Amino acid sequence: MEHTVSLRIDGVDQEVSVDTRTTLLDALRERVGNTSPKKGCDHGQCGSCTVLLDGRRHLTCLALAVAYDGAEIVTASGLAGEGDDGELHPVQQAFLAHDGYQCGYCTPGQVCSAVGVIDEAKRGQPSHVTDDLEADIDLDDDEIRERMSGNLCRCGAYVGILDAVREAAAR
Amino acid sequence: MRELTYEVPATAEEAVAKVTGDEQARFLGGGTNLVDHLKLGVSTPKVLVDISRLPFDAVEQTDDGLRIGTNVRNSDLAAHPLVRSGWPGLSRALLAGASGQLRNQATTGGNLLQRTRCVYFQDITTPCNKREPGSGCSAIEGYGRHNALLGTSEACVATHPSDMAVALVALNATVVVLGPDGERRIPVADLHTLPGHHPEVETTLAHGELITHVELPVTTLAKRSTYYKARDRASYAFALVSAAAALSIEDGVVADVALAWGGVAHKPWRASRAEEALRGQPLEESAIASAVDEELRDAVTGPDNDYKRALLRGVTTAALSRLAPTEVSR
Ligand SMILES: Cc1cc2nc3c(=O)[nH]c(=O)nc-3n(C[C@H](O)[C@H](O)[C@H](O)COP(=O)(O)OP(=O)(O)OC[C@H]3O[C@@H](n4cnc5c(N)ncnc54)[C@H](O)[C@@H]3O)c2cc1C
Ligand code: SF4
Ligand code: FES
Ligand code: FES
Repeated sequence: MEHTVSLRIDGVDQEVSVDTRTTLLDALRERVGNTSPKKGCDHGQCGSCTVLLDGRRHLTCLALAVAYDGAEIVTASGLAGEGDDGELHPVQQAFLAHDGYQCGYCTPGQVCSAVGVIDEAKRGQPSHVTDDLEADIDLDDDEIRERMSGNLCRCGAYVGILDAVREAAAR
Repeated sequence: MRELTYEVPATAEEAVAKVTGDEQARFLGGGTNLVDHLKLGVSTPKVLVDISRLPFDAVEQTDDGLRIGTNVRNSDLAAHPLVRSGWPGLSRALLAGASGQLRNQATTGGNLLQRTRCVYFQDITTPCNKREPGSGCSAIEGYGRHNALLGTSEACVATHPSDMAVALVALNATVVVLGPDGERRIPVADLHTLPGHHPEVETTLAHGELITHVELPVTTLAKRSTYYKARDRASYAFALVSAAAALSIEDGVVADVALAWGGVAHKPWRASRAEEALRGQPLEESAIASAVDEELRDAVTGPDNDYKRALLRGVTTAALSRLAPTEVSR
């Protein structure tokens, strides 16, 4: 059954026509032509389809597009400034500076997730490795590893990713 | 994926009426479990009734505790200041589950009603009594590392996967449920069932009953609660086994204790026998080990899951040690 959903995608309002079964990931990639979020596992297990949805990091593979009418989505490509020579987001710059990737397939998801991680820590949200649930968050390496664990990297670029998130968080 | 219709009910009553009146309809919460099952063919409803826009999205303080709307996301519940200070074991259990992205999407009610991760249940090419009653249980003779050891039946040996539910059982939480005849309350400990001859039945809810809230009673014990989870990797993996615990020590002995286990049964398991064995005892490793063994008196294990006995001693000791005012002696 076809539905029309209104989505704001990387700053542009769009009406997207989807089947009830279409995931947000397929809507973005196949209907809108935004191939920034990647399909890794399609089952919530890898994080490569991560975007920012209404300001929070969110998977798109376990989300039916029809249920997200009115949502604002920012993909990794939308984080950068306008145009091909637009300025990169600080998290993107840090990934470049620290080789936070090899093949790059997981990178858009890693970058969106890192933006979410830094914001969650600023808002004082604890994680599994936080000792004192009521204290302010110090985004040390253990915290970053734990918070980024929902993004797998098949190339094993974790060392560079850790360096990149640490630097971006300190800015 | 089978063809589906999608509906957004205006009220909870409308949502309940829609699903109650249609065997083929299901509630859609965050979708992290249900959408996966639609893709896998594990679940084949014809109608999705999206409850995620209903106004059950607040954590409210009440006279005797907290009232949590079903649409409160797992991340928001874990980070809520009142939960962190008054029910830290619940925060810890939520934070030990899934990933940051998934916790932003998963809802309270959906988390409670997520279905087993038994690999055969998720693989529609294999026999599974839960998915297809009467077809047989592949896990009993097959890959058994995740199998339950308490309350199993010849029909099913699956475990309940939720971390949050284990903490809610230890913390004596209640679910508020709306059905066609109005509201009722069920202790979380009585929400999930043992498999018996009918592993396809997983809860005491009728088709179409909607979880609207979870209520948490305020207690001094809950303030000293925690959650300890053992898994195959340090993060982003389901529990092999886990322990939710709350503890009060007075005059050097256990004055009160609450203990629940995950990864051991078809439901979050309240370890009442172990609690009984620990009350009045000094908190020592030997006392904890024998309390765990007491709880496991009726456990049935095979070569693949026998390791869970020792692991349960480990996670239980670790959880209680975190809460003990002084180091637990050997
Ligand atoms: C890769 C991965 C890793 C994970 N790791 C963990 C983990 O380590 N620990 C853990 O605990 N969980 C884990 N999860 C599971 C996750 O926590 C659940 O999928 C999630 O909590 C389900 O919530 P939801 O809102 O998305 O539910 P949905 O998928 O929307 O719904 C689940 C079920 O509940 C029903 N339902 C939903 N809301 C209600 C309601 N209010 N009343 C009645 N019925 C309702 C639906 O009809 C459906 O049958 C993981 C999931 C994934 C994909
Ligand atoms: S353990 Fe239960 S869920 Fe797993 S295959 Fe057997 S019947 Fe199915
Ligand atoms: S594609 Fe969404 S988590 Fe892997
Ligand atoms: S850079 Fe290749 S998967 Fe991460």
